[in-house]
Amino acid sequence: MSVQPRKLLKGETGDWEVVVGLEVHAQVISKAKLFSGASAAYGAGPNENVSMVDAAMPGMLPVINRFCVEQAVRTGLGLNAKINLWSRFDRKNYFYPDLPQGYQISQYKDPIVGEGEIEVELDGGETIVVGIERLHLEQDAGKSIHDLSPKESYVDLNRAGVALMEIVSRPDMRSADEAAAYFSKLRTILRYLGTCDGNMEEGSMRADVNVSVRRPGEPFGTRTETKNINSIRYVKQAVEYEARRQIAVLESGGEIEQETRLFNVATGETRPMRSKEDAHDYRYFPDPDLLPLELDPEWVERIRNSLPELPDAKKHRFIRDYGLSAYDAAVLAADRARADYFEAVAKGRDGKLAANWVTTELFGALNRAGREIEATPVAAERLGALIDLIAEGVISGRIAKDVFAVMFETGEDPAKIVEERGLKQVTDAGAIEKVVDEIIAANPAQVEQVKAKPKTFGWFVGQVMKATAGKANPQAVNDILKRKLGLE
Amino acid sequence: MAIDKETVRKVARLARIAEPEQRLEPLARELSGILGWIEQLNEVDIEGVEPMTSAVDMKLKMREDVVQDGPTGGGQPEKIVANAPKTEDHFFVVPKVVE
Repeated sequence: MSVQPRKLLKGETGDWEVVVGLEVHAQVISKAKLFSGASAAYGAGPNENVSMVDAAMPGMLPVINRFCVEQAVRTGLGLNAKINLWSRFDRKNYFYPDLPQGYQISQYKDPIVGEGEIEVELDGGETIVVGIERLHLEQDAGKSIHDLSPKESYVDLNRAGVALMEIVSRPDMRSADEAAAYFSKLRTILRYLGTCDGNMEEGSMRADVNVSVRRPGEPFGTRTETKNINSIRYVKQAVEYEARRQIAVLESGGEIEQETRLFNVATGETRPMRSKEDAHDYRYFPDPDLLPLELDPEWVERIRNSLPELPDAKKHRFIRDYGLSAYDAAVLAADRARADYFEAVAKGRDGKLAANWVTTELFGALNRAGREIEATPVAAERLGALIDLIAEGVISGRIAKDVFAVMFETGEDPAKIVEERGLKQVTDAGAIEKVVDEIIAANPAQVEQVKAKPKTFGWFVGQVMKATAGKANPQAVNDILKRKLGLE
Repeated sequence: MAIDKETVRKVARLARIAEPEQRLEPLARELSGILGWIEQLNEVDIEGVEPMTSAVDMKLKMREDVVQDGPTGGGQPEKIVANAPKTEDHFFVVPKVVE
């Protein structure tokens, strides 16, 4: 990948390039846990969703949930990645009160999904490709609550054993914005696939952010890993802070230590974790309780054939079939509900006009009202009907905006609003000519002026519109004015 | 492969096994002996032999995605915390661990 000068960070001693890779933990959507029949639902009472397997009682054995495997395969396919028909589970050993087994069942050397790549759109229309290194299945740990008592921690194992996908990117991102855009795109893909709900407040998706800096063209610098970041905005902040911190250390003659850091949401800063260095000595070994995970290639193909249309495919189709700009197509494809809404409006109509109305007028109004597309007061058919009224010349585009505002308030049928409020466009040439004649007669000075300076023509159009309360057909007004003023 | 005293100390710590100082040297000798014994396997020619991943000729068993009752399901918080030295409202209560 070539160095992009405008993405470099300026330091005291010259330019620096930031290099970012993300490890994203995404909770699998499933009813039961990865290796037990306890519920994976969020929000139950303390230790309600815990089986004897999750509590690591002696003699209990893990049995893998087939649907969780399917979800991981589906996600791998959605990331355009290689599905490994043979993979294996390993034990990752460490001690913590919320990990009753004393190890996490994970996948180390042989993950279920190998290399892939996704397209990521940046603000301003640029698209980058980010490589996926791997995706593996693993168990989540329980939750420790530290604020219920000054000297004790409270442990709830409801999360223990819930299936997670760890999705590891290549170090392909070169700015905080790229890292945030990748995280956001990954969330979109997972939500499309229905394999993770992407709910960051509930911890369904969190990122470990690997950051290093280097002089342009030089080998990778030493990286730090900032753990457990649960929002797109915080990913961006953590990269920005960490890059600045590392540049300051290096420029003052110091060295970057390879270490794990924590992000403080209140200050936007990172700080080193106090854990001992040997915390990273996990002594992985194949889990003797589980046989290798072997997948039937036909089953994988069936999953592939059941995939929904993904955002990139949808984006390209919107560009091709509806003639949209790459930016509009990406905005619409980023969310399945929004994309479906747009298609309902665009079907059989001018795609660009439909995209304009949906992205500008509707999304703008929804934003201002703080509503999601699912709660839109304007149904797709009604917005489509409004566009038809414009296309048929019943109302002008300007009047349509007023009608839309009423629709957004009342949810009413646009034809009814136009009828009741008398907003129909005046296309009757005779009626417009009469207005034009009156205006020309009343403004001889302007008539003289427009012959010398044709640019003042717009003033006449404005006068006619004013006189007709905006209802005159703009094309007809133009034509008649030009003819009467002798400007043709 | 020989294991020294410091490696034994580290492995014991990682496994949270308390070994008294005077046991470290003898343990290093015993573990080195075991590893040396296993290393004899390196003499076997395994060219072209698939790695064995399990002693049983079986496929991995799978479960359906169904929430269950009983030992392999939830809904039994009182049983889950029954052996804990300290509990409150079905939470395990442990000495403070916070980063």
